[in-house]
Amino acid sequence: MSKKRLKSEKVTASEPISTGADWNYDLINQYYAAIEDIANDFGLDTYPNQMEIISAEQMIDAYASAGMPIGYNHWSFGKHFISNEQSYRRGQMGLAYEIVINSDPCIAYLMEENSMMMQALVIAHACFGHNSFFKGNYLFKTWTDADAIIDYLVFAKSYISDCEQKYGVDEVESILDSCHALMNYGVDRYKRPSPISMREEKQRQNDREQYLQSQVNELWNTIPEKSQSKDGKTRFPSEPQENILYFIEKNAPLMKSWQREIVRIVRKIGQYFYPQRQTQVMNEGWACFWHYTILNELYDRGHVTDGFMIEFLQSHTNVVAQPDFDSPHFNGINPYALGFNMMIDIRRICEKPTEEDKKWFPELAGTPWNESLTFAMRNFKDESFIAQYLSPKVIRDFKLFALNDDAGLNELNITAIHNDVGYQEIRNNLSMQYNISMKEPNIEVYDVDIGGNRSLTLRHITANNINLDETTSEVMKHLHKLWGFPVKLISEDVNGEQYVLNQCPLEAATDTNG
Amino acid sequence: MQIIDRRLNQKNKSTVNRQRFIRRYRSQIKKAIADRIINRGITDVDKSESISISSKDISEPSFRHGQGGKRNRVFPGNKAFSVGDKIPRPMQDEGQAGKRASDNGEGNDEFMFELSSDEYMNILFEDLELPNLQKNQLKKLINYKNIRSGFNTVGTPSNIDIVRSLKGSLARRIAIKSPLKKQLKKLQQTLQQLPSEELVQSKRLDDEISALKRRIKRIPYIDSFDLRYKHFTKLPQPTTNAVMFCLMDVSGSMDQKTKEIAKRFYILLYMFLKRSYKDVDVVYIRHHTHAKEVDEHEFFYSQETGGTIVSSALILMQEILADRYNPEDWNVYAAQASDGDNWDNDSLKCRNLMGTSILPRIRYFAYVEITEREPQTLWHEYQSLLEHFDNIAMKKITQQSDIYPIFRAFFQKQGINLKFNSSLKSRG
Repeated sequence: MSKKRLKSEKVTASEPISTGADWNYDLINQYYAAIEDIANDFGLDTYPNQMEIISAEQMIDAYASAGMPIGYNHWSFGKHFISNEQSYRRGQMGLAYEIVINSDPCIAYLMEENSMMMQALVIAHACFGHNSFFKGNYLFKTWTDADAIIDYLVFAKSYISDCEQKYGVDEVESILDSCHALMNYGVDRYKRPSPISMREEKQRQNDREQYLQSQVNELWNTIPEKSQSKDGKTRFPSEPQENILYFIEKNAPLMKSWQREIVRIVRKIGQYFYPQRQTQVMNEGWACFWHYTILNELYDRGHVTDGFMIEFLQSHTNVVAQPDFDSPHFNGINPYALGFNMMIDIRRICEKPTEEDKKWFPELAGTPWNESLTFAMRNFKDESFIAQYLSPKVIRDFKLFALNDDAGLNELNITAIHNDVGYQEIRNNLSMQYNISMKEPNIEVYDVDIGGNRSLTLRHITANNINLDETTSEVMKHLHKLWGFPVKLISEDVNGEQYVLNQCPLEAATDTNG
Repeated sequence: MQIIDRRLNQKNKSTVNRQRFIRRYRSQIKKAIADRIINRGITDVDKSESISISSKDISEPSFRHGQGGKRNRVFPGNKAFSVGDKIPRPMQDEGQAGKRASDNGEGNDEFMFELSSDEYMNILFEDLELPNLQKNQLKKLINYKNIRSGFNTVGTPSNIDIVRSLKGSLARRIAIKSPLKKQLKKLQQTLQQLPSEELVQSKRLDDEISALKRRIKRIPYIDSFDLRYKHFTKLPQPTTNAVMFCLMDVSGSMDQKTKEIAKRFYILLYMFLKRSYKDVDVVYIRHHTHAKEVDEHEFFYSQETGGTIVSSALILMQEILADRYNPEDWNVYAAQASDGDNWDNDSLKCRNLMGTSILPRIRYFAYVEITEREPQTLWHEYQSLLEHFDNIAMKKITQQSDIYPIFRAFFQKQGINLKFNSSLKSRG
């Protein structure tokens, strides 16, 4: 370490690493080394890095499969590819400068069109920012297995293409369609998942097939016994299950073992993306904070020129810009902007707390910023991060206001603005906005009519009178296809009143319990 | 840390997914193409095509919250609001405003994308094939392929086959040298056995030996006689030729709209032939009372009017056929577009011409009558030909949107018909 410091100090005294806009491997190596030095000084803990130089077309390819470096084939990826390609070609969309994959080693894509400054920015942002977030954040630690994901994706791709060979593209496509419709319901939110040992997946897969089938048979074999206790209202499942895909994988009566395996694959991949859905603000904020901090440090150490910094600040400012609600560019709250400003603000509170900060964040004011920030990165998700750290200053800077939108009324009601009375409410409301159980409908597996017509009942618990949208009946058709017997969706409101929202097929799923 | 350059990797990782998408929505795309083809300009007809299909058809369903209900939302950029303010609901739901307001000019309910020229043509001409395509005697030889055909004693130095030439050289040297060597050996033996006093004799033998050695030495290592050249012959690569006759009535009774429809039909036919044959000659014959062979531009764009004598075009076609397109060498196709008007007594003449000298010589004759009226004499006369010939087809077009379905009907894959025929035969 001390040697490295010496070396970098030597560079400080001499010329910047480069002055032109063009990059080459040698320069990337030099920038990487300088950035790594700084990251080490700040104590960022990362997976090893693997940087891949790709062209713009390849970037569009990478987009289409949601950043999965290896994906199985499905028309929906083709659809996304086509629409991305179209908007890129028409100039409606710029390409992301980088895509980074939560794996060990951490794979980051650098586009060949990027200037040297952009490559350095991507290295700081992705290879150190996102990378350390993937390694440190509790959600990623719990739900993903970075050193096995690539192997698993390879397994999934080859398994699915084998199935296509054996059972036909259409068969496989129809299962995948149905699974995709339920992809967001493949996670137990409050249960720690069993470690996803994907490496052994293939070896164990045969055993599992047999085992799974025997479990299913057992369930459906016990029909006579169970039906006896029907009066006692014994339910299966005894507790509502939120992981619908898991429930189907284990219990769908008629599914073939390869179909169960496909359900499992979609579920596992959904689980891999689950943390990303919940940490967008934090993840981007953390990465932006670090590229900003690292590149400034790079400048302070004399590695880069003024021109480099101006180019950098321009793209940085674009990334973290937040248009106002009434601007034509407004597209919701920009997670980069919110996250970056909150992270910067935490550092400010630690270093130069005001009286207000001391009142609001007594545990934070005056502590070493790097430690406090790392603590926040490790132990929170968007919802709790905002509830914990959104400061009055950020609320003022963003001029946040809360409103109540009741479809029953003709007017919107402003409930809080950026003043003393409003801070807490804005903070709560914004936090709820990032609560995944508020963002997505709360739907659970409620009951299976084991003794009767084997129909499956899902329960939707409504909150605030928000109903499901019109694609629900399509999802129910997919569910019916997977389950093989009638399926029904009931809705339960705050008073516990239930009514049938949807059923598939329409006539058959009448409630046998009366 | 490592850097991997992936730029040389396969670029089109998403090709399969793209094809899956097109495959899945083939029927919608086909419909979209059929809608678009009639609006297409003539010159850009085989370019790539923008297709839009309803995004509702291709949406991926999931459990989602719908509109309505009570929501608390937070927005940035407060300017003048205070707590308790009531603001009227914006026309669009504000929470979604950003997404919807993206005025990309397409609207949300259309999914637009581009089909490459190949994809476009494939879908357009799916299940279509040319009728009665036979590999005729091949005349137009568009390229020769050089193939090896043994060795030759003459040729260019670059074609010398070294191994073969050296083999020849070796053989020649052995053949010429061996009798001399035998003789030499014999002489040397005699010389050794010779008593030493016979000086004259030995002198003579010595001379003979050295003469022999010189002769052996003088045998060339390689002689032009040894050289062997790789021999190539040019093998003609056959191609199938086709000629397409476009016959169009440009008389006064054909209005611009009708001509337009005919145009589209020919364009489709031309594109279609182009795909099946490497070379397609096109002969444009336009006629009113006289027929005239014209070029493409004149055929489609020039204005001329007059009465109508259809047989004039058929006669001209017959002449051109006899003159330039021997039916034994050419696949001949013809498409005639007309509004059905003709001099009454001319229609009979047309039928006779067709029956005796045109239909027997060509692969297929497609007649489209573009009119909204009842069929006229020409139609009836042609109809009577249907009984005797299976290579004529006729259809009526009333409006632009009919073109494509009718074109498809003309060239529907023959498999279906063949099956039908054979089942008939077996029954008979």
